[in-house]
Amino acid sequence: MSNIGVIISLIIISGGLLAILIYSLRGRDVDRRIIFLFVFIAVASAVLFNIEFKEHPTLIVKKVFDKIENLPSGSRVLISFDYDPAMKPEVHPMANSFVRHCLVKGHKLCLMSLWPQGQALMTETLEEVILEEFPEARYGEDYVMLGYKAGNEGVLNVIITDFRKMYATDARGTNIDSIPIFKEIKSAKDMDLILPIGGGKPGPKEWILFVGDPGNVPVAPGLAAVVAPLIYPYYPKQAIGLLGGVKGAAEYESELRQKYPRFRDVYAPALRMMGPQTLAHIVIMAFIVIGNIAFFRRKRSETGA
Amino acid sequence: MKRTIPVIITSVVGTVLIFSVFFPSGRTLGEDFSLFFDIIAVFAFFLGGGNLVRIHITKIYRQRPDWGFSIVTLIGFFITLTVGLFKLGNAEGISGSVTAAGSLLQEIFVNIITPLSSTMYALLAFYVASASYRAFRAKNREATILLIAAFIILLGRTPFGMMLTQWIPESFSILQIPNLAVWIMNSANLAGQRAILIGVGLGVVAMSLRLILGMDRTYLGSDSE
Repeated sequence: MSNIGVIISLIIISGGLLAILIYSLRGRDVDRRIIFLFVFIAVASAVLFNIEFKEHPTLIVKKVFDKIENLPSGSRVLISFDYDPAMKPEVHPMANSFVRHCLVKGHKLCLMSLWPQGQALMTETLEEVILEEFPEARYGEDYVMLGYKAGNEGVLNVIITDFRKMYATDARGTNIDSIPIFKEIKSAKDMDLILPIGGGKPGPKEWILFVGDPGNVPVAPGLAAVVAPLIYPYYPKQAIGLLGGVKGAAEYESELRQKYPRFRDVYAPALRMMGPQTLAHIVIMAFIVIGNIAFFRRKRSETGA
Repeated sequence: MKRTIPVIITSVVGTVLIFSVFFPSGRTLGEDFSLFFDIIAVFAFFLGGGNLVRIHITKIYRQRPDWGFSIVTLIGFFITLTVGLFKLGNAEGISGSVTAAGSLLQEIFVNIITPLSSTMYALLAFYVASASYRAFRAKNREATILLIAAFIILLGRTPFGMMLTQWIPESFSILQIPNLAVWIMNSANLAGQRAILIGVGLGVVAMSLRLILGMDRTYLGSDSE
């Protein structure tokens, strides 16, 4: 189905693009509604025909995977859900993959958020991943939800020396001192790895600047594609690796499936999204080529005139 | 007085925070100020909510263009506020997590806010396609370099990049499109980003000094004393 889908989609898209190319050879610009239509066809056909591609993890993603993989079982990992529903399709698969990977390795998870919407998204991960796939995981011993705390960088500035000053209770109102995970955790410096996920402010950059670097705690961010270039200056020292956009998430899902057969049948949204993204990218590239052909044709005719 | 007191507060807080970074003994003071900030940040929600209600009620009262949308905004605001404040439908009760499984707030979030926000964000793809078509033209040397880089990154972010160039032998693997994309991000982009970061850092230092010394008072607004 997938192969037939790819062929049909490519025939439709390339046929249409060829017609537009012929039109552009006359030096005319394409109406933006036609561009919108082609992007729609590309995305819709990839969704309808369930087009999926194989992903090979790049080094920068592999480093994050290997870090979680090589941490001794029982290590303390903090995941921060610093994003909102708008960013969710891009970065939420990263959060779910990180949670799966950490729990299968037996790491202790601490979930928190610097964004108000993050707590609801954290609950989604709790329901869809932890409770469904890891019913044996015990709250308070294997994972804990600290929830959202207002204050942006101020929160980080405090938890780097003392969690209890900022979080007297977890998201459920339980006293933090009665939570087993926190018996050995005083501050964010006691974490073995921090996985901030997001693409805005406060987000992964603030985690690197306020906690990772001063506290000497390894940070591996999961980022929306538009902000990934801004975090590259911190790689590989302050950020040991990073996941950029749907592509990064898909690479991680692919690696997780390959390493752990139990996840092969688990829904992998990022891998599914790579189909529409790939076809949309091809359409955009085709339009860039067409735009340049039209531009040069027009330029030549103007010079000729 | 209206301006002098805020300037003094800014100078003292700014100085203490700088002091707390460089001297371990000042660390506690820095944390305390961060806690004060968190308390103020919570109050900002009240101000934000109050402001939202005020603006939209005025819009409805004066029947300004599109005032109908303001009614929808206010209804949505008050329903969400009530549901969240009283934790309606929450299995864990009033003392449980505000987003506990099955709570009405979580249902609103999952079934209304998430699809609406995701849809709005997804629409960007259409505008990006249209903007790329118009902007990426090889008008001169710089624009051509930008165009080539964009092309490599776009291809490198898809499996097609690897499919097209996987015939390249391992010894020349840098020429494979995904690796070229990584090189652009890790070298060319990195150099530019670092330069911007250092520039921004120096700018922040200069701006902070102006604020601490009271030379810049624009944050106090335009009201005269």
